[in-house]
Amino acid sequence: MFGFSPSTNRPALTAFYQAASLNPGQHSALHAAAPQAAHIEWLYWAIFWICFGAFVLTVAAFARGSARTYIPQAEPLPPIKEHPNDRKAVWCVGGAIAVTVLSLFAVLFMSVVTGKQVEGATAERNVLTIQITGHQWWWEAQYPNSQADQTITTANEIHVPVGRRVMVLTNSADVIHSFWAPSITGKRDLVPGYSSAFAFQVDKPGSYHGQCAEFCGLQHAHMGFAVIAEPEDQFEEWERQQIAPARDPSTPEELRGRQVFLTHACVMCHTLRGTDAASRVGPDLTHIASRKMIAAETLPNTRGALAGWISDPQIIKPGNRMTPNPMQPDDLQDLITYLGSLQ
Amino acid sequence: MAISEPIVVPKRDDVERLAQAWRQPSGFRGWFSNVHHTAIGTRYMVTAFIFLGLGGILAGLMRIQLAQPENGFLSPDTYNQFFTIHGSTMIFLFAVPMMFQGFGLYLVPLICGTRNIAFPRLAAFSYYMYLGGGMLLWIGLLTNTGADAGWFSYVPLAGPAFSPGKRVDFWAQMITFTEVSALATAVCIAVTILRHRAPGMTLNRMPIILWEKLVISFMIIFAMPSIMVVSGMLLLDRLVGTQFFNPAEGGDALLYQHLFWFFGHPEVYIIFLPGTAIVSTLVPVFTRRHIFGYTWIIVSVVATGFLGFGVWVHHMFATGIPQMSASFFTAASLIIVIPTASQFFCWVATIWNGRLQPRIPMLWIFGFFFVFLIGGLSGVMLASVPVDWQVHDTFFVVAHFHYVLIGGALFPMFAGLYYWLPKITGRMMNGAMCHWHFWLFFIGFNLTFFTMHFLGLRGMPRRIYTYSPDMHWNGLNMLATCGVVFMTAGLIVFLVNFFHSKTYGKLAGNNPWAAGGLEWATPSPPPHYNFAELPTVNGREALWDAEPDQPIVVGLRDDVPEVLVTNTLDSDPEYKEEAAGPSIWPFLTAFAVSAAFVGSIFTAWAIPVGAPPVIVTLIGWLWPRGHSPSPHLEAAKRLGHG
Amino acid sequence: MRFSFLFSIILTATLVLCACSREQRTFRNPPPFEQTLNTIQVSGLNPGANPIATPAPPNTYEESAYATAEGQKLFDQFNCSGCHFHGGGGIGPPLMDNNWIYGSEPGNVFATIMQGRPNGMPSFRNRIPESQAWEIVAYVRSLSGLLPKDVSPGRADDMNAYPSPQSMPKQTPIGVTGNPEQP
Repeated sequence: MFGFSPSTNRPALTAFYQAASLNPGQHSALHAAAPQAAHIEWLYWAIFWICFGAFVLTVAAFARGSARTYIPQAEPLPPIKEHPNDRKAVWCVGGAIAVTVLSLFAVLFMSVVTGKQVEGATAERNVLTIQITGHQWWWEAQYPNSQADQTITTANEIHVPVGRRVMVLTNSADVIHSFWAPSITGKRDLVPGYSSAFAFQVDKPGSYHGQCAEFCGLQHAHMGFAVIAEPEDQFEEWERQQIAPARDPSTPEELRGRQVFLTHACVMCHTLRGTDAASRVGPDLTHIASRKMIAAETLPNTRGALAGWISDPQIIKPGNRMTPNPMQPDDLQDLITYLGSLQ
Repeated sequence: MAISEPIVVPKRDDVERLAQAWRQPSGFRGWFSNVHHTAIGTRYMVTAFIFLGLGGILAGLMRIQLAQPENGFLSPDTYNQFFTIHGSTMIFLFAVPMMFQGFGLYLVPLICGTRNIAFPRLAAFSYYMYLGGGMLLWIGLLTNTGADAGWFSYVPLAGPAFSPGKRVDFWAQMITFTEVSALATAVCIAVTILRHRAPGMTLNRMPIILWEKLVISFMIIFAMPSIMVVSGMLLLDRLVGTQFFNPAEGGDALLYQHLFWFFGHPEVYIIFLPGTAIVSTLVPVFTRRHIFGYTWIIVSVVATGFLGFGVWVHHMFATGIPQMSASFFTAASLIIVIPTASQFFCWVATIWNGRLQPRIPMLWIFGFFFVFLIGGLSGVMLASVPVDWQVHDTFFVVAHFHYVLIGGALFPMFAGLYYWLPKITGRMMNGAMCHWHFWLFFIGFNLTFFTMHFLGLRGMPRRIYTYSPDMHWNGLNMLATCGVVFMTAGLIVFLVNFFHSKTYGKLAGNNPWAAGGLEWATPSPPPHYNFAELPTVNGREALWDAEPDQPIVVGLRDDVPEVLVTNTLDSDPEYKEEAAGPSIWPFLTAFAVSAAFVGSIFTAWAIPVGAPPVIVTLIGWLWPRGHSPSPHLEAAKRLGHG
Repeated sequence: MRFSFLFSIILTATLVLCACSREQRTFRNPPPFEQTLNTIQVSGLNPGANPIATPAPPNTYEESAYATAEGQKLFDQFNCSGCHFHGGGGIGPPLMDNNWIYGSEPGNVFATIMQGRPNGMPSFRNRIPESQAWEIVAYVRSLSGLLPKDVSPGRADDMNAYPSPQSMPKQTPIGVTGNPEQP
């Protein structure tokens, strides 16, 4: 299936990397979890070793040349025009250039082939399409469906089934962002006015961190996302859950919480499908409790973090588009209880 | 310590008259009217060095912010301004002005064996424009108007909707200033090289450094208009409401990137070709032989100049360029490795077949070999599209271009400074302090920037003001910040060395390195007439190849500042020309132009109101004054008629 | 050397010289208006001989280009443009002219957003946070050139059939201002 049969686990090659990195994590271009990243990882090491060879040879020639002709004499020697060995040197330099040209050809060839493999949209059936829209400073993910009420809209946490090809359509609502989950595939810019597409496929279940890679303003540093790869049945379960409208409140606190949501500033920016809140300025909160993190992977989705975020998001992400919301303590408690129930 | 006295040149009548004819105003008046190339070149170097320091301070502050996760040392707003101003300062206000304009203006006329740059007033004008642009950017930063959209200010982020206020306007107008300045200097240097070379310095005997300056001048002349257009379009979008970059109205955000990088990539070569020129100049001096492969190096330099214009898209691989065109630009980016590699091989061959007698500048050349090689090879990785998809816009790229730019410009710059400062100040630099400077800087540099490769591969994007401790980037970041301490210490040692040696150093004499370039045929520091007797040239290394009875040029008047104009190919003398003397008009013109430029950020009226002063000062500048009367002729006339 | 000296003097001088509120980007500054909205006069008519004294609270957000640009974005996102369009009006009255039905002072515009007005302008009290309302106020006033040009936003990154606030001619408000002239 893959021309170079890249392996995601090359102990010999990664030893160097392991030694150099203090805490290898999953967020790494050299920890591939998808064939796309694995191809690039393979290519990276191939070019790395070519470059390493070139480096060693050049430095060795330089050191050897310096050592053999070093003259520790203070008085400058009279200059010479040519050296008797210059004729030999012409052949050596010519040979070195020839080797350089050949290595560059090798690099070019491998790059083109790997590029084709990474981009190669093999016509597989059952492709999952996800529309990713970059916003300052969060990600909107839509799973389009020809039936409008079957469309899933979520934010920052992108669920994909393991082993299925995922086609990502890119778009931006404001400035240029760049979608990058290093363990899965290379980055792709989200340029306003251009829509582009790329595909990936995750082979190992898990949660893979990603981050915006193109400078996009004040909170560029806090524009993370996660790609969560699950087995097919879990993914379908998740899909069913996300398609449903917001859960109805089941306790008086939750009911009051929904009232708070609908009568405060929340309603101006956020959507809760199934209620009157339908604004598309901020992330869709219909199933916020099903997400692990909030604020574009900045805070864990816990009661405390949510309370802190709602009361004063400007402390956590200075400059983001959500204003501080001074609320009565019991209003805030009920609101959080309600949001916590939105599985 | 005994302070040795400068050598006194024996007084001769004609030399006295020459000094009188070429006299430049000094002191306060000299600031505004001195047009001699050594003065302008020195101004450029000093100003650029100050900007290096300022940009370095910003870098240090950013490194402190990044040393720990979730650090609150700088706010995101401040951090964004800092990295934008750091990048813009280093590229536009340090690297090009230092490597091209500073070294170029100071050295090119000396190496050509002429008495001043062509169009000295234009060169003076270029300096004032550069200073104006630099002050605009930095006054902006100090008044909280520092640009904050990155040094390439991508739209729409830098456009009117997402960068309100005047911040990006200041940045874009700074571009206009520095590009006017670079274009003016490029014209001066190209014409000097083409028409003012000493007789005998034919094109195939021209020192490599002149070839490189010529190529760079042409690169500037072709690349800079692109950025002036794009910064002008950005300003129009922001101030006048045009729609060049508004996708909804048919504008194009990618158009900006194409135009910017069409300038931006040649700019990289504009920055490091002067560095390789310094290496090609110094390696033969300290291996006591002519350079190996002169023709190969010239061909490489010219090829780099052309190919440099064909690789800009490799900055945009992640935008979703089609496979076919991306492969084309991969190929182009790889091809450009060949000329640079050829230069490396020629230097190695020169050393291999030479007789290495290293002096302190050679230390920095060794540093250059090591650092620039790493930068070049990580560039090969970046040229490959798939690898670029992973490491583009990460700290890997940050590491790469610091290796290329610091390796390709700063290391050769220090080599060049240790080599030519004796010519400029007349005194030798201290060798022990040079060693301290080098090792501190070298260790600090590699500590800071080598770690960034790993950070990039482990997913740290560039331009983030903070990061979460969960990312495990803290150890490497702390290491990188520690390196800054070493680099700073190194730079302080250099400054101490400079100020100490400037006054107390050993006297340099004309030619302390027994080098072959014409700049060593004149006293250190050179007098304003540069050469008492204009030299002729007999080979590629003028002083090494000179015959014992090498002729000199005679026939130039010594009572009027005159320069010899030779033809382009064979540098046969064609005619002599009176050189422009000191003048206040370039300063006044630069002032008027600056006022119009800065005013136009705030109101459109600055154009009609600002244009007349520019016209008036230009008329004053270009007012025909005829030839200076010769005092001898005047005296003869008086005698005859009296 | 001497040049660098001169240069550093100039730099230091400018450092002391200027603190620019136009470029201020503070994200947690309190909204400028603290008093009750009922004291704002929205009509030239008033009972009795003595008009109610209406102090015109300054809108500190109007000094910041950033806050005004935020107002421009919110104007669209909160669907103000649904009725007022991009200032030219349609369903609601135009905002880029010099006619101010309920007054042109920042306090008046703020009150209009918060309280709503007859014939269609809904009340956004408790919906739009006060700080964002003041940002919208700054933008609305920039639409008729009441803000300095260097603070007013340039064109927006969308369909742009209207002039940018920055290039709007300054207009003298007609109608109720904060201190209506008394006969």
